[in-house]
Amino acid sequence: MKIVAKRTAGLTDARLHYCPGCLHGVAHRIIGEAMEELSIIDRTIGIAPVGCAVFAYNFFSCDMIQVPHGRAPAVATGIRRARPDCVVFTYQGDGDLAAIGTAETVHAANRNENISVFFINNAVYGMTGGQMAPTTLANMKATTAPYGRDVEDTGGPMRVCELLASLEKPYFITRVSLLSPKDILKAKKAVKRALAGNMEKKGFHFVEMISTCPTNWGMEPLKARQWARESMIPVFPLGVFKDREAEEKEAAS
Amino acid sequence: MTEKILMKGNEAVAEAAIRAGCRHYFAYPITPQSELIEYMAKKMPKVGGTFLQAESEVAAINMVLGAAACGVRTMTSSSSPGISLKQEGISYIAASRLPAVIVNVQRGGPGLGNIAPMQCDYFQATRGGGHGDYYTPVLSPSTVQEFADMAPLAFEIAERYRTPVLILADGMLGQMMEPVVFPESYPPQRDPSDWALGCHKDRKENHIINTLFIDPNLLDSKTRILFEVYEEIKKNEVRFETYNLESRPKILVASTGTAARVVKSAIDALKEQGVEMGLFRPITLWPFPYDALHQAAAGVDKVITVELNMGQMEQDVRLALNGLCPTEFVGKAGGLVFTPEELADILRKKAS
Repeated sequence: MKIVAKRTAGLTDARLHYCPGCLHGVAHRIIGEAMEELSIIDRTIGIAPVGCAVFAYNFFSCDMIQVPHGRAPAVATGIRRARPDCVVFTYQGDGDLAAIGTAETVHAANRNENISVFFINNAVYGMTGGQMAPTTLANMKATTAPYGRDVEDTGGPMRVCELLASLEKPYFITRVSLLSPKDILKAKKAVKRALAGNMEKKGFHFVEMISTCPTNWGMEPLKARQWARESMIPVFPLGVFKDREAEEKEAAS
Repeated sequence: MTEKILMKGNEAVAEAAIRAGCRHYFAYPITPQSELIEYMAKKMPKVGGTFLQAESEVAAINMVLGAAACGVRTMTSSSSPGISLKQEGISYIAASRLPAVIVNVQRGGPGLGNIAPMQCDYFQATRGGGHGDYYTPVLSPSTVQEFADMAPLAFEIAERYRTPVLILADGMLGQMMEPVVFPESYPPQRDPSDWALGCHKDRKENHIINTLFIDPNLLDSKTRILFEVYEEIKKNEVRFETYNLESRPKILVASTGTAARVVKSAIDALKEQGVEMGLFRPITLWPFPYDALHQAAAGVDKVITVELNMGQMEQDVRLALNGLCPTEFVGKAGGLVFTPEELADILRKKAS
């Protein structure tokens, strides 16, 4: 009998705790598959954030550490300097990465730390129950923006890729989505490229993944994906925002 | 013959840390510990180590968390306001059971305070400092030599019990120059391969470092394990010094760090005037030498605590004495330091 699909060795057998329709499981799977395909599971160190993915240390089958809210890129900096031969990734949500951890994110990118940052953007704080995130859209309702986000008062949705791409040193910055099988395949390619880039010690790789939160958005999973396509993608356009490899190739030709 | 080198305390502790095998140092500039971070910036690249100036104190301690999780000797340093910012990370390092060394070259506070030497972070240092039920061993040097010697000692304690260790100095010790001798050898590092990230002897299972325990029963048992370690530390690591107790003085002075230096000079001056006083100097502030102080105070009329603050260690002194004899407090805030003459005068008046 031929096996055509199986669970990736990059994930443990632990049952994912995520809500029905949540895309964290998809993001976990493509990272696990990328680790497996690159044969780096035994030399990868993953960093779990504070947020819905806090239990990621139970799910990825590599060495893992769970760290303070927003500090994953700083912890990753310490790890990658102590273990330069390991591949180090962080897995962070929008509150963790773009609010309380803004400084750690920006400076790790600016130093071109040899780490991969996987950023799950679903425009809302999930674990604490649907509060406003830095990426919450204008007029979008959240438990701490019950009348809709007033951008005059609370600022607009932060586009982290665009922000980081203004820096000189970061190696690779891209935004992908998890909203359709086609998008997921593209996302996996980006994840694999990021981890492979770390194996070659190229520096900072940032992969933002547009995701959904059916529970806190109060939508059925399919409706949530449709809503994300219609409302989030125009605000957070997909694409590559910085690619030093391509820049260097162009300069050389 | 070992060489004597004239060094500032900040430089001496940095040099000692490097000699002790620290190769990963992360910090943020703040006065009066700047010479420490600058010394590391100069020396670390020469020994193949990591020096990194972090974007914030918060980031620096989290870089230490990352390096410590990999089982390497790692250190950060700062001064009072910066140490406040590090407390989140120190709490995680303690909960994660990771060895790391943190140097606090204390300055005046609260708030921005000033850059003069004070001992006003005693409570913060000896009561955990961050959120949660935990302690960190705290070493209190009173000479530049002792400051330097505490770097290897701090690593040794940190690794033996897998805990963050704090060296609580002050701006005076950081800035003053004294001759220092560095030992020929240093304690070897313990093998971290049964717990550290990216470090396995024969890989049977992944190494997972975590401080989240949703089940209250599990967090209770994890906390109890932590406190069993603290009992071991209390049994093995209490350190203190006594001075002039052989004169069987009726007055005992309790003081630590820079303040204790001045007390020693004052005791010498008083001796010449025919007044005998003893000094009890805790070297570990946590664990505090409660029993030793209680024994040292047997038969004295009173214990006077001298601190460069408004009275913090004084509370531990009273806990140690437990009503054995009356106590008094002499202190100065603002970064003011007693002169030996001034202090001798105050102590003599309290003796009569």
